Amino acid sequence: MRTRRQFLKDLAGGAAVLGSGALLPSLARAADPATVGPASLPAGTLEVSFLESLPGKRPLIKRSYRPPNFETPLEVFEQIFTPNDAFFVRYHLPRIPEVPADQWKLEIGGDAVEKPFSLDLAGLQRDFEQVELPAVCQCSGNRRGLSDPHVAGVEWGIGAMGNARWKGVRLKDVLAKAAPKKETLEVAFNGADHGSLDATPDFQKSLPAWKAMDENTLLAWQMNGEPLPHWNGAPVRLVVPGWTGTYWMKHLVSIQVLSQPFKSFWMAAAYRIPKGKFPIVDRFLSQETEANTPITEMVVNSLITSPREGQRFRPGQPVEVKGIAWDNGAGIRTVEVSADQGRSWQTATLDADPGRFSFRGFRHGFKAGGKGEVTVLAKATNRIGSSQVGELVFNPAGYHNNVISRVKIRVG
Amino acid sequence: MTALVALILLASPPGYPDENRVQLKPGPARDLVLGRCAACHSQDYIPMNSPFLDRKGWEAEVNKMVKVYGAPMDPDEMAKIVDYLATNYGKM
Repeated sequence: MRTRRQFLKDLAGGAAVLGSGALLPSLARAADPATVGPASLPAGTLEVSFLESLPGKRPLIKRSYRPPNFETPLEVFEQIFTPNDAFFVRYHLPRIPEVPADQWKLEIGGDAVEKPFSLDLAGLQRDFEQVELPAVCQCSGNRRGLSDPHVAGVEWGIGAMGNARWKGVRLKDVLAKAAPKKETLEVAFNGADHGSLDATPDFQKSLPAWKAMDENTLLAWQMNGEPLPHWNGAPVRLVVPGWTGTYWMKHLVSIQVLSQPFKSFWMAAAYRIPKGKFPIVDRFLSQETEANTPITEMVVNSLITSPREGQRFRPGQPVEVKGIAWDNGAGIRTVEVSADQGRSWQTATLDADPGRFSFRGFRHGFKAGGKGEVTVLAKATNRIGSSQVGELVFNPAGYHNNVISRVKIRVG
Repeated sequence: MTALVALILLASPPGYPDENRVQLKPGPARDLVLGRCAACHSQDYIPMNSPFLDRKGWEAEVNKMVKVYGAPMDPDEMAKIVDYLATNYGKM
């Protein structure tokens, strides 16, 4: 967590003063690109990003106020599990009611169940086996702001993701009570949040039946041993390990089991990727078209948390490269580190494995050589042989940026 | 009237960061932009998406806001808003 002393130090360090055009003059203050960055985000994004606290959250990187989109700063990822008050916040729609846990009710229905029913939180906790599972929740658009060329949307840096221990019950156990018919094709989810205008499509998503029935897909009311924070979906949210955050419906209020493809703007037009460009295992066939397909699983990726961009070392000084790697749940097999622009690679040491859907820590030491700029690279590979890519696979919505991780340091 | 409605909607709930920390650049259509866009999102969405969209890019965004999200504006207002965005937040 940043201290006041650190903030003052950054100011004294002569960080660039913001362009005054976008701000009230009295509020103009120094930007610290290391904090709200990376520096390759759009210039306008950097100008209007600040560290700010939502109620119950520590200062996070504000990308937009309303709907609230707040990003987790880099230094938080020095920990394998992301504290709840530092966990990123992502909403599409501005009306976000607080749903008291004792008034919460979940409706389970749809044309493909024999026995629709509803239940409250006490029932959810009493009637089904409880499980806890570590898993990464990463926004599909994480790193969108690093797309080259830039594309429109929430201009995320690296922190629209987090890793938590989620506690809840298996969705498949809850669905079983409704007696799904054999023609079940998809399961659709709605949360309590909605738009300001009736005309705005409500944020609703579906999963293919096989993913909804996966033993790891949960209805969770706790993360990291505490009730879900409001901004992360209280009282109950969907947890879909391995898949991007768009499916992890927050403030869940209804589930529909369907025999037909679910029709929603948020399935048919948003969160789509071009077919054939990414090494995707999990396909969502009932929502595919000729041209594109719903985003599903995460691609293998890593983040270097140490050293930091621009950090200085003396010649011969030890440099410890540390970071995290994650993927679609196949599990991380290796992380390789290069200290010579990729001419040679060394295998990093992997930290203890908290579970295949979790962040996995890695570390590798080397001695800084002669004077000059050194580019440190990290490349993760998972257990099915997928690796981070050398060049960005551009796509119009800026998804799946898993370019080999890169930090420049200075020696001398 | 429109400006008044926008101002009411812009008031942040207690304890919530003040979204008016980010203010759009002055210009003839600024109040129109606030009146039509700010009911659904804070002003910072606009500078956040700059300066990389050209006029066509901003036109596509405004079209999406009207056709997909139901933003209430007529074609004349859309043209004025696109003009303001392209002039003040367009690709340089």
